[in-house]
Amino acid sequence: MFAADSGCWFTQKVLCWRAAASVAWSVLLLPASTAAFVVLSKLSVLHPVQMFADCVSVLLSAGSVFSFVLLAGVIIMVGFLTFEYYTVIPSIACSKVALLGQLLHPRQLLYCLAHGVMGVVVGWSCAVTIGYRYERLAYLCPQKDRDGLLHMCLNEHHLLLLLEGGFVGLSHSLLGVIQNLNYVSFGTVQQHKYLCFKASLPLAAKCSAAQAFYSVRNFVLLYFFLGHIPRAWMCKSLSLHLDSSAHPLDSISGLLDLSLLYLLWISATYLLFSWYMTLLLFRIFVTEAYSFPVQSTFTEEAPQCLPKVLSEKQPMILKFLALQDLSLLSQHSPSRRSQVFSLSQPGGHPHNWNAISKECLSLLADLTQRLVSYHETVATNGRTKSLSSGSDRKTSSESSGTEDLASCRPTFLMKTPASVFLRSVGAGPQSPLTSPFTPDLDSPFASPTLRQLTSPVDPGSPWHGVVQSPHVMRRAPKLWSTSTDSQRNGSPPASPATLPTPKPESSKPSFLAQFFQNRREQLPEASSQALFADGQAHIWALDGLSYLVQASFTEDQFGVVQTTLPSILSSMLLLQEAVDRHFKLPHASSKPVRSTISLGDSSHKTLRFALRATLKTAIYRITTTFGAHLHAVQLSAEHRKRLQHFLEYKE
Amino acid sequence: MCSLTLFPPPLPDGQTTLCESNNELLSGSNTQNASPMSLHFPRESLKLHSRTESSSKAAFLDHSETLWMRSAAAWRDGGLPGLLNEITDSNSEVPKWLAVGSGCILALLRWISSFHSSLFPHLTLSSEDMIAEFSQVLNWSDCVVRAFAWHPHTDKFAVALLDESIKIYNPKSTTTPTLKHRLQRNVAAMQWKPLCASALAVACQNCVLVWHVDPCSLSARPSSSCAQVLSHPCHAPVTSIAWSPSGALLLSASPMDTSMMVWDVAAESCVPLQRVGGGGVTFLSWSPDGSHVLASTPSALFRVWETRMWTCERWPCLKGRCQSGCWSPDGSRLLFAVEGETVIYALTFAGAPDISTSSLKGPQAAAVVADLSETTFHTEDGDLIVGGEIQSLAWDPRGERLAVLLKGDPQVTNRPAIIAVFKTRTSPIFELLPCGFVQGEPGVEPRLMQFHPNFQHGALLTVCWSSGRIAHVPFYFLTSAVPLVGLSGSPSLLHPLERPADFASQSLFTELLS
Repeated sequence: MFAADSGCWFTQKVLCWRAAASVAWSVLLLPASTAAFVVLSKLSVLHPVQMFADCVSVLLSAGSVFSFVLLAGVIIMVGFLTFEYYTVIPSIACSKVALLGQLLHPRQLLYCLAHGVMGVVVGWSCAVTIGYRYERLAYLCPQKDRDGLLHMCLNEHHLLLLLEGGFVGLSHSLLGVIQNLNYVSFGTVQQHKYLCFKASLPLAAKCSAAQAFYSVRNFVLLYFFLGHIPRAWMCKSLSLHLDSSAHPLDSISGLLDLSLLYLLWISATYLLFSWYMTLLLFRIFVTEAYSFPVQSTFTEEAPQCLPKVLSEKQPMILKFLALQDLSLLSQHSPSRRSQVFSLSQPGGHPHNWNAISKECLSLLADLTQRLVSYHETVATNGRTKSLSSGSDRKTSSESSGTEDLASCRPTFLMKTPASVFLRSVGAGPQSPLTSPFTPDLDSPFASPTLRQLTSPVDPGSPWHGVVQSPHVMRRAPKLWSTSTDSQRNGSPPASPATLPTPKPESSKPSFLAQFFQNRREQLPEASSQALFADGQAHIWALDGLSYLVQASFTEDQFGVVQTTLPSILSSMLLLQEAVDRHFKLPHASSKPVRSTISLGDSSHKTLRFALRATLKTAIYRITTTFGAHLHAVQLSAEHRKRLQHFLEYKE
Repeated sequence: MCSLTLFPPPLPDGQTTLCESNNELLSGSNTQNASPMSLHFPRESLKLHSRTESSSKAAFLDHSETLWMRSAAAWRDGGLPGLLNEITDSNSEVPKWLAVGSGCILALLRWISSFHSSLFPHLTLSSEDMIAEFSQVLNWSDCVVRAFAWHPHTDKFAVALLDESIKIYNPKSTTTPTLKHRLQRNVAAMQWKPLCASALAVACQNCVLVWHVDPCSLSARPSSSCAQVLSHPCHAPVTSIAWSPSGALLLSASPMDTSMMVWDVAAESCVPLQRVGGGGVTFLSWSPDGSHVLASTPSALFRVWETRMWTCERWPCLKGRCQSGCWSPDGSRLLFAVEGETVIYALTFAGAPDISTSSLKGPQAAAVVADLSETTFHTEDGDLIVGGEIQSLAWDPRGERLAVLLKGDPQVTNRPAIIAVFKTRTSPIFELLPCGFVQGEPGVEPRLMQFHPNFQHGALLTVCWSSGRIAHVPFYFLTSAVPLVGLSGSPSLLHPLERPADFASQSLFTELLS
């Protein structure tokens, strides 16, 4: 497996080192944040000298060294989990059920559990560092019991910090799924790592403080109602007693202790900040541009060269970094461009250019095909319920004459394309048709490899070149749906075309089924986002191609680019047409809501706009460079007409 | 070295510059139809807002509200200082300790901010004054045409007017779309996106607007949904914007913000590039090859960014801030003018973007290439003083003509603002030769100028005059880059007799001399 090896070298030689370096830096930065935490936790305005002495003594004590080692272990673990779970293609849930599926996926549960446990560990460290009444879990009861014996009592303050750590850890990992925290996006501009880190540090601090505030609020509420359960369990399992003289904490007066709340907030902030920092450093290190050689004199290095690496499938980040490198070299580096345009010796074949252009063109063709088939599916299956504009209404009423009037919500919803497809995902045999539309995990037990299906479909796969007939598209998933869906959660059978009248069970769906049906409704624009989930790769491919073509006007001595110019132009124009059509769909052109302050990267939500702009710029780049020379390029009449619009600056 | 003495004398009163042909500037006295293409926006035709936002508060009667409501409103309007001010003012209603405490905090805040603004005096200016101070337009607040932008590829242009509207003129279409937006106030600069037909970025008082004006649309009033709003807290007023020549990124600068923003316009996201020194960013200019960006600050310091890894070189000036700058077409040479000085400096960059290290080997010091100190010309109508500080610089896209807008002195009648044009050559060596002055109707001064980005027959300078007229001054010449010049005959060779004193042959600056 030569191909697999060539992906492996990258993971071993580059990715692991980058991840290790990022973890090492976050461990190195841990003392600074710990010191800040200690100072904040001992804060007293009236006794600054004593505060200072306290801080120094705490920082130099043996206990704090031990807890520091423990914290370093936690950071390493967090870094490892980040490395294991990161992705460059965001997983976008097309419906609420799909999101639930993501949350309940075993892999995800493991992730949450690990974070919960680590949160408890950090909570313990915080409690030990703060000292005073928080330091120990148990203490000697002040009163003797009836037999006159002394007992160990449970220190509820300590327990509170432990539980809070666990809660914050859990909620952090759950929120991470919703906000796509594990999605690694590539920056708009290249900057040195230190400057990147410096720029993102205030954001991390702000986010962790805000997030900690909400987490603590939720935790306090939860503890107020359910706090007695863990307390009783703790007492029972460790055979501790409750101090009857102490005030129980799950009461209003117990929880309305300002210093307690402040410490809870500070420790939650500290926990989140150290984890966010690890995440940020990981993102910065792993997305750093990597310069692949264009060609090498040694054959054993050939798999590490750009043309080979571009066609790799795994790991995905390798392909992304290669495309990024292509886009950078095409803009900034004349000497590397000349290698791309060079001919092989001996033979005189432009192997480098051929491989690069072929890979980029197949990426574009793949996206075009994905868009076209999505558009056909939408056109034949109708749109979401809320929209009933002219032509669309006609198609939907064609397929479901009577139910349109009945407006039975569950059955009507069935017509949304993704819900049709989602069902067939869970049906076992993965229909190849589903891959482009549902990169999310519908069922908790669907294989995680589904995510990779958003990556370009290779020509060997059954989906490549599939018949794009609306009949096939319409029928195939629906046949599956009738059997599987009712099987799975008893919801009404879907296909309105095959069922002229609703079955009795569909007229009275159970509450749970109804609930699920409602949640299964398409989130607005989510399917559009999912289509463009890996749009960054296409953006780089477009950039790289167009800059190379622009440079070829003056730098390409052998005319290697000229031979591919017609196919480049026609594939760009085809994509342009498909993108234009896609943006005419409802929700496709609606802007996502500006996200509130969060470290989760929302850049995937706007990738389709970025792609549209880049595509236009790329075509303009070629037309302005070549100008009237383009009339000599072999193109179909339709494309020629379209190109004329670009030449006249009318697009 | 006084460069202006070598210039041909200014025109007598009543004459306006029409064009350059055969190596000399032609003038005419018929001002009414000097150029059929010129546009005129008389001040009276514009409906102006007579009041400003802040002044409207006094027009309403005071109405007693509860302290809570007033505090909330003060917090919303003026932030923390506003809240403290409100509490201090209503000391009869609040506890004494609160009023005293907030008064103390307010005094502390004021002391800190006065300390801060003593470091950076521009921070005390109001938004409008700040735009007027740092704009490339002469006397911006009084200008009818506040900004002007040629489209980089076609013959259309956008004009921002005093009444906060933008008009787009296209010779190929009869409709002139008028752009209006709620947030489009105090337009300081405009620029069309390169490699795009429709996108126009507008620097406004509180944000950057990016209009998408479909060139095929027949609508005369595109709705405000065609505009993207790019705003970032504390990044206002925006005084300068610059698109990257590849059309991928948009830079915006504000004198209030120490970081300049790199916008990904499609995603509406930005990356702040922060450097604290200087106290803000006032003017941006992206080199035509895309490799460098000039960013000047309100202090005597400017930076030249390199756009690959976004590192910067600091260039401290001796006297004042960098007022204006322009790049040669190949991006290897930067000309700039410093406030308080009457010279043009040049910096040369080794334009080798291929080296793997991000920091480019730059020059060690700037060279003076032209001295524009005051010169008295004796004309028929009396003495005319020309020269002084420089408002803005513009270099034509072929690198053959350099236009310099001189500030002049409004107090002195015979020292008007004037545009001096130089002939330049960038290869094989950099040379500067006098060309002449561009003058308008009597009593009208130039406010704003820009070269057409792709004029076929030489260079086309568009000048916006204080009367509201926009005139185009073509410079017809054969570019020296074309090797066949000798065969077809350079205009100067064909007509060598017409001028007794051939100013054009007297070089002001060459690299061989310096």
